[in-house]
Amino acid sequence: MSKTDELRATFFQESEDLLEQLTDGLDEMSGGEVDPETVNSVFRAVHSIKGGAGAFALDAVVRFAHRFENVLDALRNGELALNGNVLDVMMRSSDHLTVLLEAARDGSGDEEDAAGEPLLAELRALTGEEDDTPAEVDVDFTPMTLALDEFSGPAASELRFSVDFHPNDELYRSGNEAVFLLRELCALGEAEVDCDLSGLPEFDSLDPEQSVLKWHVALQTEASETALREVFEFVEGLCDLTITETAGDGTAELPPLPDLSGQSVTETTASEMEAVDAPAPSAAVNSSAPALSASPAAPDKKVAADSAKAQPVASTIRVDLHRIDRMINLVGELVINQAMLTQAVKRDGISQGSDIDVGLEELRTLTRQIQDSVMAIRAQPVKALFQRMSRIAREAGTDTGKTLRMLTEGASTEIDKTVIEKLADPLTHMIRNAVDHGLENAEDRISVGKSPEGTIRLSAAHLSGRVVIEIADDGAGINREKVRKIAEEKGLIAPDAQLTANDIDNLIFQPGFSTATTLTALSGRGVGMDVVKKSIQSLGGRVSIASDPGKGSTFSIVLPLTLAVLDGMVIEVGGQTVVVPISSIVETMRVPTDQVFQLGKNNAVVRIRGNYVPIVDVGAVMGYRPPVDITGSHVILLVETADGVRAALLIDLIHDQRQVVIKGLEENYGQVPGVAAATILGDGRIALILDPSAIVGSGAGGGAVLSTPIAAE
Amino acid sequence: MTLKVLAIDDSRTMRDLLQVSLSESGFDITLAEDGIDGLDKLDAANPDVVITDINMPRLDGFGVIEAVRAKDAYRATPILVLTTESSPAMKARARDAGATGWIVKPFDDVALASAIRRVSA
Amino acid sequence: MSEMNENDAEDVNELIAFRIAEQDFCFNIMSVREIRGWTPATVIPQAPPYVRGVINLRGAVVPIVDLAARLGLEVPEPNARNVIIITQIDGPIVGLLVDAVSDILSATDKEVQPTPDVAGTGAEFLSGIITREDRMIRLLNLGAILPEKTGAAA
Repeated sequence: MSKTDELRATFFQESEDLLEQLTDGLDEMSGGEVDPETVNSVFRAVHSIKGGAGAFALDAVVRFAHRFENVLDALRNGELALNGNVLDVMMRSSDHLTVLLEAARDGSGDEEDAAGEPLLAELRALTGEEDDTPAEVDVDFTPMTLALDEFSGPAASELRFSVDFHPNDELYRSGNEAVFLLRELCALGEAEVDCDLSGLPEFDSLDPEQSVLKWHVALQTEASETALREVFEFVEGLCDLTITETAGDGTAELPPLPDLSGQSVTETTASEMEAVDAPAPSAAVNSSAPALSASPAAPDKKVAADSAKAQPVASTIRVDLHRIDRMINLVGELVINQAMLTQAVKRDGISQGSDIDVGLEELRTLTRQIQDSVMAIRAQPVKALFQRMSRIAREAGTDTGKTLRMLTEGASTEIDKTVIEKLADPLTHMIRNAVDHGLENAEDRISVGKSPEGTIRLSAAHLSGRVVIEIADDGAGINREKVRKIAEEKGLIAPDAQLTANDIDNLIFQPGFSTATTLTALSGRGVGMDVVKKSIQSLGGRVSIASDPGKGSTFSIVLPLTLAVLDGMVIEVGGQTVVVPISSIVETMRVPTDQVFQLGKNNAVVRIRGNYVPIVDVGAVMGYRPPVDITGSHVILLVETADGVRAALLIDLIHDQRQVVIKGLEENYGQVPGVAAATILGDGRIALILDPSAIVGSGAGGGAVLSTPIAAE
Repeated sequence: MTLKVLAIDDSRTMRDLLQVSLSESGFDITLAEDGIDGLDKLDAANPDVVITDINMPRLDGFGVIEAVRAKDAYRATPILVLTTESSPAMKARARDAGATGWIVKPFDDVALASAIRRVSA
Repeated sequence: MSEMNENDAEDVNELIAFRIAEQDFCFNIMSVREIRGWTPATVIPQAPPYVRGVINLRGAVVPIVDLAARLGLEVPEPNARNVIIITQIDGPIVGLLVDAVSDILSATDKEVQPTPDVAGTGAEFLSGIITREDRMIRLLNLGAILPEKTGAAA
């Protein structure tokens, strides 16, 4: 990566944070209370984006951010009052800024921002700015590159200038130094500098703070007068400055012009005039004085107060994700190694309570702590994701003409970064779906006595080692009659199938099902809820729906905290050691032989607390051995798959439970049916991690396996 | 002698740009993330030039200038203001607070170095 | 060696030679990551018969291809004397189960003769034949031998 690329990367990274700050602030403002600091922080976010974008010549971003900033500035100064419309425009502007930055980052062009034009007009309308005056923008963003005049430009022929320079006291107090300015001036060409000491008082009456020296410079240069004035840019108004072009041929050196004659080309501002009259600080020039004359205590106190009020800044570092991944892998190895060591010690007959045994136990604890800490590094709050979803909900609302309120809860809930990234697509789809299909339009809502504004609530929470994300709408709920009819029409269910309400609701996750009768631009993009379900499952999670007719639907996603480790039950079946994710196991038991019933030729069910659950012979399904006769020596794992389907997995025995490090099979081999991944056990051998959903599905072979939905419990 | 620059900006991008530009121009640079951080680092950095952003959390650029000027040791230290606003009003306000000069963002290496040269040895 | 006298060193390939079921095979040594003894592999359900399973190679899950089975030769149960050649070509790491590694050869491209056109010899896995003393050494086309990633099919 080149340095510029790196800087660009930093800018886009920072912009993401700033956009988050922006969205946060706007959210807070939408709560009604307008804390000046909130407005400030929103202003700063846009301002910083503009500044950075300028450095990378992202003109569309700069232009838009500039307008946006003006509105925020007006808001900050109290020139503009916050109301629903202003907030709406700002929210949409924030969304648009996100889009612009994404486009700039992906190189999809920082070209004409057609989509932004109407918004720009709205922003302008808020501040009462007439029209986009490109000139003004240009002026604002012209880099200070006038120094280039020294090296290029049409002024190739030499000019002679006479420069008279008399600094005021204020010049020195502002930290400027005549010497540096003169040196810079001389750098423009060949110069002769004379110092006028006539103002120098007697030594005993010398006030070191008083400016008494004057300079006259005769300069022969290719630079323009503008370039000369540029040198004195900082001290404009802090000195008497006369610049006169004397002659073009550069041969005859004219004597310095008297001050008076030069006065005509001098900038004659009021303060300057007074400064000429009274070099000592006078009331009029004192505009710069307060900072200087005020007792040092005043600003100090202010700073102290600010420091006390300010939150301590959490110090952070940015780390390449690859480094963390590598660390996670290494810690995974450490966990395995520690397990192998423990096993070896046990095998060698080292007694419990011995020093080695105790030391190993400590090592185990430490290893687990290191693992947890490393995992925590990758954990991130879902906030940014939620903000993105809020934006998508607003866009969807605009597209469908539905007014809605988006509420988020638990945005600080942390999940593994990888999981968060992979959640974006399914969540986007679900949010769009909730707006498009979940919420009714305003008239329909009013007709059933609801507020015309729909509500979508997105929440996240930790629940017993997993993360639960819910998307709830207060819409019409699932039209079960319609869903059932469609499912029958599409042959997803038999016409006489006995289905609970929950069964019907969950039909929408079936491949090939789509409730939309017309293909809308929003959720009808050929992606159904089955795809959502698949992506959630690929994250080791599951998704389900609960619908209340007339009141709305709630989609629940249950996810593991991380993709890197898994709590597993180590079992044996057909001579193979395999791991079953604990998250899918409801309970384990010896086979209650008197509760096992044959169903058809090759299938059996077991009755557990009154419910018949199909038995899946894992050894046979996995091809480890032929189907066995079910005996009381076998063990049953009652599992519940991501679809809420229950099944009894028939296995030989349970070894133990432990956290295992997930190793992908895809990298060197590929996907294996019925297998989610692999892990390495204490003996160094690989054990496969079962995918209960796939096992249950494949066990269905002839389609005779019955399933018991959760709702039946 | 290498000139020491204390650069205060809350934008990481700007800090990176300043770091690259200034170190290439041979300055010894200390970076600070906001006004308070800048003042905290002031004595350790003992800068020949201070460059500060205006819009910053906790303590803005005007506050920085006033606080720096209030310290005897830094009464004459050149302070350059980094600003996207090149409006005369903004410049006047910065100067009132005690700023020595300003650098309009986006800056380039030449402009930045030239601005620093105009205020320091 | 005589090859080194010829002034076209870039044509010379280093090859690893090994035996499976009394036959000699070889392939370019550049594809070899390491050679290790046989360790029992974990069986993979519904894998092709020539995939023995997967082993743990310092934390990586590596599939083992039984070359004898792949080439249609006699397949004895592997034992501790068997050798696994760990290979990597364009990404996936795959272990090849062979009877024993016999030699490292140098051969120029010119020395490689085309595979005789005999049906049913597993010739699709060979890219040529090299003669060394009185032995015929089959040059394996590794790309054809390695299992296709099943991920795409699944």
